[in-house]
Amino acid sequence: MKGERIKIGLLCLLLVLIDLITTSVARTYYLTQLTMSLYYTLVVLGLVLLMGYAGQISLGHAGFFAIGGYTTAVLSTYNLLKYKDSAVVKVSSELGLLTLRENLYGEQILSFHPWIGVLLSLVIAATVAYLIGIPVLKLKGHYLAMATLGFGIIVYRIVLGTPIFGEADGVSDVPPFVILPGLSISGQMDERRANYYIASLLVVVVVYLMTNLINSRVGRALRAIHGAEDAAESAGVDTAEYKLKVFVMSAVIAALAGAFLTHFNGGIGPSEASVMKSVRYVAIVAAGGMASIWGGLTMAMLLNFLSLRGYFGQYDDAVFGAVLILIMLFAPEGLLRVNPAGLLKNIFKRS
Amino acid sequence: MALLSAKGLNMSFGGLKALKDVSFSVEPGTIKALIGPNGAGKTTLFNLISGYLKPNSGVIVFDGRQIQGLPPHRIASYGIARTFQHIRLFPGMTVLENVMLGLHTHTRSGFLSSMLRLPRTRNEERFVREEAMQVLKMMGIEDLADREATRLAYGQQRIVEIARALAQKPKLLLLDEPAAGLNIRETRQMGILIHQIRQSGVTVFIVEHDMSLVMEISDEVMVLSYGEKIAEDHPLAIQKNEEVIKVYLGEEDAQN
Ligand SMILES: Nc1ncnc2c1ncn2[C@@H]1O[C@H](COP(=O)(O)OP(=O)(O)OP(=O)(O)O)[C@@H](O)[C@H]1O
Ligand SMILES: [Mg+2]
Repeated sequence: MKGERIKIGLLCLLLVLIDLITTSVARTYYLTQLTMSLYYTLVVLGLVLLMGYAGQISLGHAGFFAIGGYTTAVLSTYNLLKYKDSAVVKVSSELGLLTLRENLYGEQILSFHPWIGVLLSLVIAATVAYLIGIPVLKLKGHYLAMATLGFGIIVYRIVLGTPIFGEADGVSDVPPFVILPGLSISGQMDERRANYYIASLLVVVVVYLMTNLINSRVGRALRAIHGAEDAAESAGVDTAEYKLKVFVMSAVIAALAGAFLTHFNGGIGPSEASVMKSVRYVAIVAAGGMASIWGGLTMAMLLNFLSLRGYFGQYDDAVFGAVLILIMLFAPEGLLRVNPAGLLKNIFKRS
Repeated sequence: MALLSAKGLNMSFGGLKALKDVSFSVEPGTIKALIGPNGAGKTTLFNLISGYLKPNSGVIVFDGRQIQGLPPHRIASYGIARTFQHIRLFPGMTVLENVMLGLHTHTRSGFLSSMLRLPRTRNEERFVREEAMQVLKMMGIEDLADREATRLAYGQQRIVEIARALAQKPKLLLLDEPAAGLNIRETRQMGILIHQIRQSGVTVFIVEHDMSLVMEISDEVMVLSYGEKIAEDHPLAIQKNEEVIKVYLGEEDAQN
C-alpha cells in the first residue's frame, strides 16, 4: 500500500513536470493531445479493472465512451427554443436545468446545462451496462468477447444512422462545460493548462481509487473470479454480482471520459464509437500487462499521444491491430513485463 | 438432528443417470466417507450439495434449511465449504490472499468503502489478515504465506485449499479426494489433519479412494455404484459387506 502511495505521488510530480516542460519550451499545444490522451487513459484504466483483474473481456467499451459523449453532446446542443411552451421545457427551465446561449452564427440556443448532460450520460451508461451486463456476463471467453463486440457494433450503427446524433458528421458546437465559475472543460487556448490539470486530476483520482480497490476484499474477490470462478463461488463470492458491478463501473468510467472529452473537443463523431476504438483499448490493456494499473496507464499515455500526434499516419488503426497480434504472440503477460533475453529465446524457439 | 440430509436425489446428464434416488444423512460432529468406483456419482453428489448442480428431483436440507438449487455462494454463506477433486486455487494470488478469500462471507466491505479505504474497511482488512494467518499457523504453513499458491508443490496446494475452506469457518466441510496424488507420508498427515478438523467441531464429508484412510478416519461410510447407494454403515461392516466387495472386486482397493 505504501509503495502505491509513493507511485501515485510520483505520478502527480511527473504530470506537473510535463506541464512545466512543455510550457517552458513553448510547446503548450502538446498539452491538448496530452489532455486527450489522459481521457483515453481513463477508459483504459476502467478496462484494466474489468479485463485485467476481473478477467472479463469487453470489445464494446468504445460504445460506452460514445454513450457518454453523445448524451452530453446532444443534450447541450439540442435547441429547445421551439418547444419553449411545452410543460417539460418550462419545468426544466424553472428548475434551472437549461441555459440560453448564442452559437457561432448568432442563433439563440436553449439547451440543457452541461452538468445535466454529463450526469445523465453517466446514468444512461450505467443503466445500459447494467441491462446488457446481466445476460452477457453469463458468457465466458470468446462468447463474451463476441457479445460485447455485438453491443459495440449496435452503438456504432445507431449513432451513424440517427439524425439526432448527426449521422456521419457527429455532433459539433458542443459548448464548454462550466464546472465552476472560471473553470470549464473546453478547448479554448487560455483554458489549456487548466484542462490538462483537470484531466490529470481525474486520472490520479481513478488510479488512487483503483489501487485501493484491488488491494481489498472486493479486489481479492475480483481476482479470484478471474483465476477460478467456481472456487470463488464456493468461497461465498456472488460472482454474478461482482462481475456486473465491475462491468458497470468500467462502463461509467468510459462514459465519463467520453463526456468530458466531448466538451473538451467541442464535439464527437461516430469514429469514437467504432469497433476499431474498442480494439484499440483492448490492445493497450494487453500491452500494459493486463492486470497492471501502471502498465495500462503508461501504455495508454504513450500510444495515445503518439497516435494523436500523428506518428502512425495512415496506419493508425493498423498499428493497434499489430500491437495486439504481437503482444498475444510474444508477450501475453504484457510488454512491460517482458525480459528481452527470454523474449529472444522464445522467438528463437518458435522459428 | 442430522446436520445434512438428502432425500430422493436424482440427477441425470442427458441420458446418463448419475444419481438414482439417493437418500442419506450426515450427523453433526462426525466424519462421513463417500466411496465408490470411478464415475459412481460421488463428485456429482458434492456438486448438488454445494449448489453447482440442481437436482432433477429430491430435497437437500442443511442445518434446518432446504438448499437444493440455491446458488453456491449462498450455500457457502450458510456454512458449507468444499475443496475440489482438481485443485482450484487462485493463480496470481499468494497463499495468504487465497486463504483471506475464505473469509469473504464473514466480512462486508463493498466497492465504495473499499475504494475510499474507509477506517471500517481498514479494520476489517486487518482482521481478515490476522484470521487467515491464524489458519495458516494451525495448518503449519505460515512460512508459505507470501508464496504464489499455484506454484507450490502439489501436496502443499491441497493443504492451502483446505486452509481456504476452513477460513470460511464452515459447519460442514466437503473434501473431494483430498489424498489423491499424495504420497504415503502426506496421506497419513492428511488423515491426522482431518481428525483435527473434526476435533475442532467441523463435520466432515469426504470422498476418498484410499481405503485405509477411509477406514481409519470415518465414523460412517456410504457406498455409491452407478449412481445408486448400495450401502451405508460403519467402516468395519462396510468391509464385510458382500455387495460392496462385489463392486470393488478386481479393483486394487478390494484387497483391503
Ligand atoms: N457436468 C457433467 N455433464 C455430463 N456428464 C457428467 C457431468 N458430471 C459428471 N458426469 C458423468 O456422471 C457420472 C458420475 O460422475 P462423477 O464425477 O460424479 O463420478 P465420481 O464418482 O466423482 O468419479 P471419480 O471417482 O472418477 O471422481 C460419470 O459418468 C460422469 O461422466
Ligand atoms: Mg469425482
